[in-house]
Amino acid sequence: MSSGEQETKLIAILGKFIDIVSKELPDDVMKKLTELRTKEEAPLAKAIYDVMFDNLDRAKKLNRPTCQDTGVIQFFVRSGSRFPLLGKLRSILREATIAATKSAPLRLNAVEVFDEKNTGTNVGTDVPFIEWEIVDESTNVEIEVYQAGGGCSLPGRSIVLPPLAGYEGAMKFVFDTIVDWGINACPPLVVGVGIGTCSTSAAKLSKKAMLRPIGTSHPHPKAAAMEKSIEEGLNAIGLGPQGISGKNSVMAVHVEGMAHHPSVLGVGVTVGCWANRHGIIRLDEHLAYEVVSHTGVSL
Amino acid sequence: MKKVLTTPIQDEDIASLHVGDIVYLSGTLVTCRDEGHRRIVAENIMPSLPMDRIAIFHAGPIVKEVEGGWEMVSIGPTTSMRMERYEKEFLAKTGVKLVIGKGGMGTKTAQGCKESFAVHAVFPGGCAVIAAEEVEKIEGKEWPEFGMPEAFWILKVKEFGPLIISIDTEGNNLFEANKVTFHARKEEALAKTSKNIVSIGGL
Ligand code: SF4
Repeated sequence: MSSGEQETKLIAILGKFIDIVSKELPDDVMKKLTELRTKEEAPLAKAIYDVMFDNLDRAKKLNRPTCQDTGVIQFFVRSGSRFPLLGKLRSILREATIAATKSAPLRLNAVEVFDEKNTGTNVGTDVPFIEWEIVDESTNVEIEVYQAGGGCSLPGRSIVLPPLAGYEGAMKFVFDTIVDWGINACPPLVVGVGIGTCSTSAAKLSKKAMLRPIGTSHPHPKAAAMEKSIEEGLNAIGLGPQGISGKNSVMAVHVEGMAHHPSVLGVGVTVGCWANRHGIIRLDEHLAYEVVSHTGVSL
Repeated sequence: MKKVLTTPIQDEDIASLHVGDIVYLSGTLVTCRDEGHRRIVAENIMPSLPMDRIAIFHAGPIVKEVEGGWEMVSIGPTTSMRMERYEKEFLAKTGVKLVIGKGGMGTKTAQGCKESFAVHAVFPGGCAVIAAEEVEKIEGKEWPEFGMPEAFWILKVKEFGPLIISIDTEGNNLFEANKVTFHARKEEALAKTSKNIVSIGGL
C-alpha cells in the first residue's frame, strides 16, 4: 500500500470507530451500569435505568447516537515513534472527525473561539483536541477517543491548595464539586481526580483518571485505598440516576498523581456522565486493528 | 397504568400530581430555551402560536430538512436551571402548564408553578433516541432567526416521556428537597472519607 492509500484507509477506520463510539457504550461502562441498575429498589430510580437501557438498545438498532450531545471530539494518542503514519496523524484524526460527523451524524459542537461562530464541521482551532504520548521504538499506535459533552464537562475544575489543607482539603474540593455540580451532569458519574502541583498538571491527570477503564484500581496501594474510600463516600450521598436520588452516585472514582512541589497540592476533578462515550483502538504498522474497548464491534 | 396528559392541559389534570409522579404527554410540545424565554419575558414579544395550556421543552433539537417539512433526528433536554431567571414570569404570561427539562429548577420557578398552576418535569438526560421516536411530527417553527437549537419548534408528540414531576402545583420541589438531603449526607460522608484518608497514612 502506498502511504496515500494507507492514510485513506486509516481515516476510514477511525471515522467508523468514532461513529460507533457515539452509538454504543464500551464494555466497562455497560457492565457497571448493569450492576448499578440491579441494585436500585426505588421505583423512580429503576424507571430511569429502564429508560436508559431502552435508549441504548434503540440507538444500536436504529444506528443513532445515544445522546443528542455527541460532544467535542478528543483523542489521547499513544504512538510508537516508528509508527509509519505518525507524521500525518494530526490531519488523519481531523479528517476522521469530519467523516464521522457526516456519517453518524454527530452534532456540530465546534464553536470557533473569539469569533464565537459554529464552524459547521465539528472541527476548529485545536479541535479535535489531541494529547500525545510517544512510545520509544514501537511501531504500533493506540488511539483513545472521548466525546466530551457539555453537561458532563461543566463540573470540571481544579484548585491549588496550600500545604496545610492537605489531602483532606482535596477531599472537600472533590465532594463539594460533585454535590454542587454533579446532578446536572447525568449521574451515575465517573469521577477522575488528579493530584499535582499546578492547576494544569492536576487537571490533566484528572482527565487521565476519568478515562481509566472502570474496574481498574491504581497500582499504588494507598491510591487504590483512596479511590475506594472516595467512591464509598460519594455513593453514600446517593445522587441516584439523573440526580433523582438512589443507591449510588458514581460508576467509579479514579485517582492519578505525580510528585508535587512541597508547598502546594494541585487538585483537579473531571467528570464523565452515564453515557460515557470513550473507546480504544490499537493498530500495528500494517493498520491491522483491534478494538479494545468494545467487544463484538467490527468496523 | 400510564398517566397521559393531553394538551390543552386542564387544571384538574395536574392538580393531583405530586413530585416524583411519572406522566407522559400527548399533543403540542414546543421547544423553548434561553432565547425564547428572553424574548417573551424581557422583550415582551409573543409568538403567533397560542401557548395557553400547552407544554414547553427546554431542548435544542437536531432537525433535518426533508421534502415538505422536517424530520426529528435527535432531541434531548438541556439544563433547566438556565431558565430560572425568567420561568416564573414566562408561566404567568403564556399560560403554559407543563415545563419539561433536565435537572431541577429553583424556588422562584416553584413559586411560579404555584401561582400560575403549572408543573415542571424532567425527561431523563442522554436518552435522545427515545425522545426523538416519541415525536410524531414537526408541525412548524417560529423565530428561525435564533438558529436551529434556539428556534421555537412546534412538535406533535405521542406519550412523550417518562416525565418525572419535579415541581408540582403546590410548589413542592423535588430537586431542592434532594439538595438539602444531599448536602446533609455530604457532611457525614466527607468526614468519614477524610478520616479514612488520614488513616491510610503518609498522605
Ligand atoms: S451529560 Fe452526558 S448524557 Fe447528559 S446530556 Fe450531556 S452528554 Fe448527554
